[in-house]
Amino acid sequence: MALPTLNKQLQASGISRRTFLKFCATTASLLALPQSAVADLATALGNARRPSVIWLPFQECTGCTEAILRSHAPTLESLIFDHISLDYQHTIMAAAGEQAEDARRAAMKAHKGQYLLLVDGSVPMGNPGYSTISGMSNVDMLRESAKDAAGIIAIGTCASFGGIPKANPNPTGAVAVSDIITDKPIVNISGCPPLPIAITAVLVHYLTFKRFPDLDALQRPLAFFGETIHDRCYRRPFFEQRKFAKSFDDEGAKNGWCLFELGCKGPETFNACATVKWNQGTSFPIESGHPCLGCSEPDFWDKGSFYQALGPWERYKSKPGKGAQKHAGKNS
Amino acid sequence: MEKTSSNNRLVVDPITRIEGHLRIEAEMDGNTIKQAFSSGTSVRGIELILQGRDPRDAWAFAQRICGVCTLVHGMASVRAVEDAIRKAWRSNAKLGVAIGKPSMTSMPKGPMQHGKKGHRQSRTPIGVLSEAEMAIPQNAQLIRNIMIATQYVHDHVMHFYHLHALDWVDVVSALDADPTRTAALAGQLSDYPRSSPGYFKDMKQKVKTLVESGQLGIFSNAYWGHPGYKLPPEVNLMALAHYLDALTWQRDVVKVHTIFGGKNPHPNFVVGGVPSPINLNASTGINTRRLVQLQDAITQMKSFVDQVYYPDIVAIAGYYKEWGTRGEGLGNFLTYGDLPMTSMDDPGSFLFPRGAILGRDLSKVHDVDLDDPSEIQEFVSSSWYRYSGGNTSGLHPFNGQTTLEYTGPKPPYKHLNTGAEYSWLKSPRWKGHAMEVGPLARVLMMYAKKDAAAQDIVNRSLSILDLEPSALFSTLGRTLARAVETKIVVNQLQSWYDQLLDNIAKGDTDTFNPLYFDPTNWPIKGQGVGVMEAPRGALGHWLVMQNGKIENYQCVVPTTWNAGPRDPNSQAGAYEAALQDKHTLHDPDQPLEILRTLHSFDPCLACAVHVMDETGEERLRLKVR
Repeated sequence: MALPTLNKQLQASGISRRTFLKFCATTASLLALPQSAVADLATALGNARRPSVIWLPFQECTGCTEAILRSHAPTLESLIFDHISLDYQHTIMAAAGEQAEDARRAAMKAHKGQYLLLVDGSVPMGNPGYSTISGMSNVDMLRESAKDAAGIIAIGTCASFGGIPKANPNPTGAVAVSDIITDKPIVNISGCPPLPIAITAVLVHYLTFKRFPDLDALQRPLAFFGETIHDRCYRRPFFEQRKFAKSFDDEGAKNGWCLFELGCKGPETFNACATVKWNQGTSFPIESGHPCLGCSEPDFWDKGSFYQALGPWERYKSKPGKGAQKHAGKNS
Repeated sequence: MEKTSSNNRLVVDPITRIEGHLRIEAEMDGNTIKQAFSSGTSVRGIELILQGRDPRDAWAFAQRICGVCTLVHGMASVRAVEDAIRKAWRSNAKLGVAIGKPSMTSMPKGPMQHGKKGHRQSRTPIGVLSEAEMAIPQNAQLIRNIMIATQYVHDHVMHFYHLHALDWVDVVSALDADPTRTAALAGQLSDYPRSSPGYFKDMKQKVKTLVESGQLGIFSNAYWGHPGYKLPPEVNLMALAHYLDALTWQRDVVKVHTIFGGKNPHPNFVVGGVPSPINLNASTGINTRRLVQLQDAITQMKSFVDQVYYPDIVAIAGYYKEWGTRGEGLGNFLTYGDLPMTSMDDPGSFLFPRGAILGRDLSKVHDVDLDDPSEIQEFVSSSWYRYSGGNTSGLHPFNGQTTLEYTGPKPPYKHLNTGAEYSWLKSPRWKGHAMEVGPLARVLMMYAKKDAAAQDIVNRSLSILDLEPSALFSTLGRTLARAVETKIVVNQLQSWYDQLLDNIAKGDTDTFNPLYFDPTNWPIKGQGVGVMEAPRGALGHWLVMQNGKIENYQCVVPTTWNAGPRDPNSQAGAYEAALQDKHTLHDPDQPLEILRTLHSFDPCLACAVHVMDETGEERLRLKVR
């Protein structure tokens, strides 16, 4: 599905070329551009192909936004200058208040059915007053913004699965995006936060191929969530040899042995930290010496202590690649 | 959406370029703010979620309070748990009794500790501990300081360029800049090697292409051309170039967190030390390769602060001196102190001192006691919570309680009922005073305590700008103080790294004290405070643990101090007071002036909103309207 240009949309909407040029002249003067820029502006606008992206923040910590700011391939700045038009993003947008909400509604109207909706944070269903933006409840803003979206990307474990607000006892009745919106394509990019490259890769995939990539049973892109951390962990040989760190900073830890007995959740966690790593491939939690928390899995907050071993070694020894099999054949 | 309406009420919601959900309502007298009301509009309840958990897990939950100042809550949490355990050990030492149970059930299975700490774990119970045995290893303290300092430098630079700069820098005006003159100007300010005409020409072209595309994206619908923007086109272009450079720079220097904590945002911590072992002869953990990367990041941080961030702040401030006369607010300042040279039990060794300043009086720094129930208290008379003893009295965090009770208007709403409850934030007070926390409070505290480095850089900055010290008490002063303390911290960073190298050279590679991590060494009941100076100000976590579980967990957070609503005595919070200080808007439809002053505090709302309760099941008495 190729995106129609503005020219085609204007024709379809019955807006004349003359009206459009007048708009361009007004815009040029508002931007203090020379009159000669009007023609350029009209050409560029008419051929505008940077798809509109709207990012809604609900019950979130802004860690997911910080994550995409760490993306290095592509960088956020190359995305927003060259590939997408990020028309609503609280953390970095210049406009505030009424002008911010106007920008969101204008983008929704101008790119009806075409824009991508990104969401971070869970949505509280316990009371509409638990989380509002511009006086509007999160659930209302999600429904309003999702209605004319081409698709939705839930960024982070909170938007994907409810995340920490949903952790026991879930004080605000927090739910995931997919619990509310059921009639749109949704990709979940879980992780607390997600790997930045997983976010940008899904965006680039969509921009390039005009559709979302293949997903696992939890609607996560297979390219990043097809295997467990354990499947690809560089410490896996020590696991097989039953060489474990028993405590932080003991001989096993100093030698880089397996962190399974310190509670590593790698064998049950689907994510690509062990392969693409964090912050330009610098390291990932296990490499730095800390067990995996399992942060890309639903309800990982309520699966017992982070430092409690998953179970007997034999359970994971006998089924290497268990995780990859768990989701095989269930791609949506 | 609803902005102006009846009763001269101005509403700005969402406040963007901050962390979280903040709403400002203002009673206007013409174009001048008469009364300002600050509201946090989103709640998650993380402290409730923490109850009943393993105290060793708490840091991971607490850290998710905020992903911008992404390590501060993890750090405060680990310190709170360690403080609770250590306090119990000490009181037992005074009594001369042993702590711990003669049980091996939860001891690590398999071979005991190798190395020199092994003898400690072989004792059950552990007996009376010496101070040396209780210590968090010095390497762990240094690594924590390096991580905290990195957070400061990273956060403050990003705050200025990506959250605050567009209040002062007009993106569209940069299109009129002459790249050659811009390069000449930048060359006068510092020896930043990228300041060439070609670099600024490319940057101008980038902005031009964006503007001419007609799709301004994050820059759309802003206040470009507002007469409040005073910078010449060349300064606008330079600042915009540095906006983009800072994006690249922050991705690189944040690797300090990745090396020690595995990732950023949300690096990992561990109660008792740090998770990363030091072994120069291993292919993993902290080895020579990692040390080289660390030095590289530290050098990059210092270069950028010295060559770009600090000179930009001073240069831009020179065009906005009138902002040194407004936006002061309270004149009361509070710090808990941080960055210990020895340990958190030794406030005298902190780089940032602890104290309180009242009514601008720098001649007297008051002592602050974190455990005294009469000093730090939180009030909920203007908040959507209920205290069982009534909403007029304050509670110390160790005795805090909260029941969520939303009494605001049913969404969608136009206005909050600012005469009653209007925020998910509480109102913290110190001895009854509303206090400002953050970079300005810290710089003033150092200044008042006659810290030579701080006095030197403050005086030099004021002298370049030809401003009186009184200009510090303002919107401009807050933004300047942030740059001043960044310089102080980035200078210190190298010395902590050098100390770490010295220790390693001497053969000391300890990074973890396992006594803290073993529940058999914990008290049946204990309580502790973990404090730190987060980039946005004084942060405290108050923890009560019993039978190995968290019984109560409470955070009093910088933005709660600054953004909180009015208290029972109608005292305004810091944001409210600052907005009430000489804010006349050129055009209420374009509330640029409000954004300037709010952003000077660097709001962090997810941090500020929290829910807490001492015990029990009755805490969730929801009142849905």
